[in-house]
Amino acid sequence: MTWEEILQCTEVIARYLIPTLKIFGFTLLFSIPLGMVVALLKMCKFKPVSWLINVYILIMRGTPLMLQIITIYYAIPMMKVSDSAFLQNLFAGVDIKSESYQFNALIVAFALNYAAYFAEIFRGGIESIPKGQYEAAAALGMTKGQTFFRVVLPQVIKRIVPASSNEVITLVKDTSLASVIAYAEIFRKAKEQMVSYSNLTPLFIAGIFYFIMNAILTTVFAAVEKKLDYYK
Amino acid sequence: MAILEVRNLSKSFDKLEVLKDISFDVEKGEVVAIIGPSGSGKSTLLRCINQLEKASGGSVKVCGLDMIEGYKNGKPVYSPADVLREIRLKIGLVFQNFNLFPHMSVLKNITEAPMCVLKKSKQEAEETAKVLLEKMGLASKAGSYPCELSGGQQQRVSIARALALNPEVLFFDEPTSALDPELTGEILKVIKELAKEKMTMVIVTHEMAFARDVADHVIFMDGGVIVEEGTPEQVFGDTKNERTKQFLQRYNNDFKD
Ligand SMILES: Nc1ncnc2c1ncn2[C@@H]1O[C@H](COP(=O)(O)OP(=O)(O)OP(=O)(O)O)[C@@H](O)[C@H]1O
Ligand SMILES: [Mg+2]
Repeated sequence: MTWEEILQCTEVIARYLIPTLKIFGFTLLFSIPLGMVVALLKMCKFKPVSWLINVYILIMRGTPLMLQIITIYYAIPMMKVSDSAFLQNLFAGVDIKSESYQFNALIVAFALNYAAYFAEIFRGGIESIPKGQYEAAAALGMTKGQTFFRVVLPQVIKRIVPASSNEVITLVKDTSLASVIAYAEIFRKAKEQMVSYSNLTPLFIAGIFYFIMNAILTTVFAAVEKKLDYYK
Repeated sequence: MAILEVRNLSKSFDKLEVLKDISFDVEKGEVVAIIGPSGSGKSTLLRCINQLEKASGGSVKVCGLDMIEGYKNGKPVYSPADVLREIRLKIGLVFQNFNLFPHMSVLKNITEAPMCVLKKSKQEAEETAKVLLEKMGLASKAGSYPCELSGGQQQRVSIARALALNPEVLFFDEPTSALDPELTGEILKVIKELAKEKMTMVIVTHEMAFARDVADHVIFMDGGVIVEEGTPEQVFGDTKNERTKQFLQRYNNDFKD
């Protein structure tokens, strides 16, 4: 490829940075709170609930994200052509031809998958806080809410930063899986260019984009860890 | 009026009976020491009174407030939440392993509860905290974090934290057991100071000489029951009870080793 072609190619790929970042951002936006809820439900004393959550986490972590994306993306269209009237009408309001359907299906798949991983991180963090912290707060007359938000949560956050940063960095790379349902983002565009130029350079360019995003995230997380390092 | 009235208190963990029929009073300004072998139920007793464990039977009255309202099917029914909260605030608890909040500065550890539980202003809470830190000899450590302090200093912070809520009675559960021997002295000194100021205290301790020195009343527990109680002279001086004798003897021997 000539330098001019490389530059052109970079420009095309860079334009699809936004869709990639959209998957990244929306996935975090939904999976972190959802992960928190899942973690709390998993610690629920009522056995059927924690059992159900266990099954969910097992499936999400035990099967490929790519499989989950495809399943969720095609589930509704398949239902619409099934024999059962009930299934046909279940998602009557969902327009599978619309542009947003593809993106929404992606975010549902990514958020459900990442919530399972975050939930396990959060649960580990919450369970690692010594019982004595809860007892000290209780003995001081603090309510359950005050204890969680003022005593437990700040300590949990410090403990989960390293594991969470791993997930976030993996997510940057996993956004490329969106290409499997033909969602136009960096990876898909790079692959298209690769085919049309019969040259691997476009993939290399995409790689540099992912690398830079993760270099930035790594720096940010290192700074956060350092900031939280004021106590042991 | 007694600060604390415990009557026929019992506690079981499943089938294991840990406290049986415990009754005692603590008067205002009194220092009560609770001694006894490991596993005799001393911590469980403090924890039941402090609502960290649920009692199985009996009654507890703190400054005239009933912790247990009544009984239903042989199970205690606890008083309404606001009463329990009021009771809790009348009792300060100092733990064996301090349980300071590691993410808060020393000052914040002490002001946290006054501010978010008693709704005191930041300024008022900090003023009180500084007076308490001064008293604990830690005025210069206000901005430090617990991990930067020695065990003895941490325990003094936790005493200040408990005192900041201005409790009627202070409970100590083996306040020196997690400390190096050379650091126990500073804690015992602080407790003696508090005793001089007529702070009402209940102290679970394995420091026999200290218990004898500081307590007005000594309770010896074994196997979940109060085996003997009386003045330090009665219990340590010339106990008639065989179990007390044995326990104290073992202690004296341990110290000679
Ligand atoms: N949460 C619990 N569940 C079951 N058993 C318990 C629990 N807490 C305490 N016990 C049991 O209750 C008994 C009394 O324990 P406790 O901690 O009150 O003794 P202690 O007198 O404070 O002993 P030590 O001097 O070692 O601190 C022990 O047999 C202990 O195993
Ligand atoms: Mg104990």
